[in-house]
Amino acid sequence: MAGGEGAKGEVISGHLPWHPAETTAPQPVKPGPWLFFSPAEVAAMGAIADRIIPPDPQTPGGRDAGCVVFVDRQLSGAYGRREGLYVSGPFENGTKEQGPQSPQNPRDLYRSGLSALDRYCLAGSRPVAARKAFAELTAEEQDDVLHALESGTAQLEGLDGKTFFEQLLKDIQQGFFADPIYGGNHEMCAWKMIGFPGARYDYTEWVGKHNQRYPYPPVSIAGRPAWNIRPD
Amino acid sequence: MMRKLPPKDVVIVGLGWTGSIVAYELAEAGLDVTAIERGPWRDTATDYAPNFAQDELRYRIRHELFLRPDQTTFTFRNKMSGTALPIRTWGAFMPPNGVGGGGVHWNGETWRFLPSDFVLKTHLTQRYGAHFLPDDMTIQDWGVTFEELEPHYDRFEYLCGTSGTAGNLQGKIQPGGNPFEGPRSRAYPNPAQQQPFSHTLFAKAAADLGYHPFPQPSGNMSRAYRNPLGVRLGPCTYCGFCEWFGCANYSKASPQTTILPVLVRKPNFQARDNCEVTRINTDSTGKRATGVTFVDTAGIEWEQPADLVILAAYTIFNVQLLLLSGIGAPYDPVANRGVIGRNFTHQTISDVTSFFDRTRFAFNPFIASGSIGMCIDEFNGDNFDHGPHGFVGGGYMGQVQTNGRPIETTPVPPGTPRWGAQWKQAVRDNYQSALKPGTGVHGSMYSYRDVYLDLDPTYRDRFNRPLVRITMDFHENELKQNVFLTDKFADIFRAMGAQQVVKEYRKGPYDITKYQTTHLCGGAIMGNDPGTSALNRYLQSWDVPNLFVMGASAFPQNAGYNPTGTVAALAYWSLDAIRNRYLKSPGPLQHA
Repeated sequence: MAGGEGAKGEVISGHLPWHPAETTAPQPVKPGPWLFFSPAEVAAMGAIADRIIPPDPQTPGGRDAGCVVFVDRQLSGAYGRREGLYVSGPFENGTKEQGPQSPQNPRDLYRSGLSALDRYCLAGSRPVAARKAFAELTAEEQDDVLHALESGTAQLEGLDGKTFFEQLLKDIQQGFFADPIYGGNHEMCAWKMIGFPGARYDYTEWVGKHNQRYPYPPVSIAGRPAWNIRPD
Repeated sequence: MMRKLPPKDVVIVGLGWTGSIVAYELAEAGLDVTAIERGPWRDTATDYAPNFAQDELRYRIRHELFLRPDQTTFTFRNKMSGTALPIRTWGAFMPPNGVGGGGVHWNGETWRFLPSDFVLKTHLTQRYGAHFLPDDMTIQDWGVTFEELEPHYDRFEYLCGTSGTAGNLQGKIQPGGNPFEGPRSRAYPNPAQQQPFSHTLFAKAAADLGYHPFPQPSGNMSRAYRNPLGVRLGPCTYCGFCEWFGCANYSKASPQTTILPVLVRKPNFQARDNCEVTRINTDSTGKRATGVTFVDTAGIEWEQPADLVILAAYTIFNVQLLLLSGIGAPYDPVANRGVIGRNFTHQTISDVTSFFDRTRFAFNPFIASGSIGMCIDEFNGDNFDHGPHGFVGGGYMGQVQTNGRPIETTPVPPGTPRWGAQWKQAVRDNYQSALKPGTGVHGSMYSYRDVYLDLDPTYRDRFNRPLVRITMDFHENELKQNVFLTDKFADIFRAMGAQQVVKEYRKGPYDITKYQTTHLCGGAIMGNDPGTSALNRYLQSWDVPNLFVMGASAFPQNAGYNPTGTVAALAYWSLDAIRNRYLKSPGPLQHA
């Protein structure tokens, strides 16, 4: 097909391929019903989030910070399905240095993990004798179970408890610190806790001010609440 | 049946730093140039605009601007005896994708290698004797010298508007610069960037210890700059979202901010995005490239004929295309024969995290640029006597803290639980008073007989092509080097007054999940001997003279610096030979 210019894919020639208002802005999380978790899973996740990041007088815990909303929305999107990752087989267990080789995506891991965790707790398995769902245990008992998962001493049915714990830890802490548009870090509580100014983009006047704490409050990609109050 | 496009003078595979440089120079020379890029077109206003560029989750954690492993990935094993498994999500390095390549999301660290780096084998053998090098180390001289590359380093720095303080101007050592650097013909185009508190503390402590600290050469602008092509960059605002991110501020040197706006206006240049080159085509003799085959977004194969083929993809993809196209003899580590895949290297990175009295120190770690930092070069390359230490190589080290983004940079002292109330309190207490450089010790990795690339026997990409297999492990020489450098580095943080200094040595085995840098090198190296190099000293294929291969794949071994300055200098060096000699008389530029 000599002379054909029909190959697909944009051809750029003569000017930059620019179209007005064309951006790849992120999609902020919308309030509303759970997209991935069931009510029982929400209860367990809230309890886990509050043990990973417990509330204290200055800063909310993981649950009130929105970490469960964050994980719910992440699991219902590309992350939960492992979009973009290499998922072709064969799946073989390699060395630690070869990285994760699981055929399971995060959605499957959470679904089976949370269900196995409740079964584990309801059976009164060590280290906690009380036969209750995870969310019904006392905070101390919940910590004991999580420690047992972390150290690999708690064996969950059908999956590796340590792998599941690492996934929970990573996702919940990321939700705490990520921009609030993703559902966690409610009102930038995590950023206020440490003094991170967030999505600000110009520190030119402050770079030379040595050993002086940056004084301005944080800003999210979506701005900050004070900006949304209309002056009368 | 494969469909055929009208022939071009030049086809370039990949439109990153080297692809853009080559396209501009060859279009300037009057040739009809087309560049084929696997990823999308990317630009500031559309892909990383200032109202959403500063998004740690999206860009740093979810890797939005990078190649997706489902497009293609690599397999990895430590030893030749092991079974390689696929890299399912990125870890040790981050392959780029899309127009601008790694230039979009690099930090901008713009170094020159040392003069001795280019004659490494000769230099080390003369100074220490051949017996001083490990038996299985396969280091080589480059075939090009620092003096030959100097004008081309200079050219790239002026293209980029590099900010820095000269250390050696035409042989004269300059105060405040790096006294170990090779002589430069003129000063940097822009003065060094401003340094935040912790970086100045590091510089003072290093000077007190007798070292010569200097600002890291930076592709982030210290002031507004208009480059020789007439493209303008704005001053860096120290936002702390640089590496892994695109710059929304037009302050970081990238193809987008230095070349592309001028290049796309040239009537004899055309770019084709979202198209993946799958093969370099050769004629029946195998000695002449006839063009490339690529697959478009509809999955249809096309042939793009061209007189001159330039590979300008990322290190491993250059090597993959050579292997899949049958150009050059594949490296065989057992027989120690062949050239494609040999001398593959990475970097030897380690870090020191230090904790200061929180009632006395507030570092504002989020005030940073990608290439900010104060460094010392006393322990790089052969700047010190290796005789007593029993290893070769080295690296620069510095307080190069590029960010305070909280998912990545919330260090807590050792012994702190990883979660719970104590962890939360430790994060709160230490955020403002802990230091964690991005790449504190930036060590070299030299080449070895059993560290190489070939094609994987099992795993395949979306076009059913074999993935490249990485066989790599750290060797004793590099691990020794790392202990020596990390200890020296930690001493400086102690001298700064840190209460606690935590050394994080790089340890073996090489771990594909732990980020070091994206500085993969070698696999299609340059040299003077076709028996041990894929390319001659002009980056021209020994086997196919109308094929040139750009990029760090040409490095015979890696040095203790970031590679981009050298990658670009080599491209200009090669283009000089192409424009002044090859185009007048196409054929081999060097005879074996």
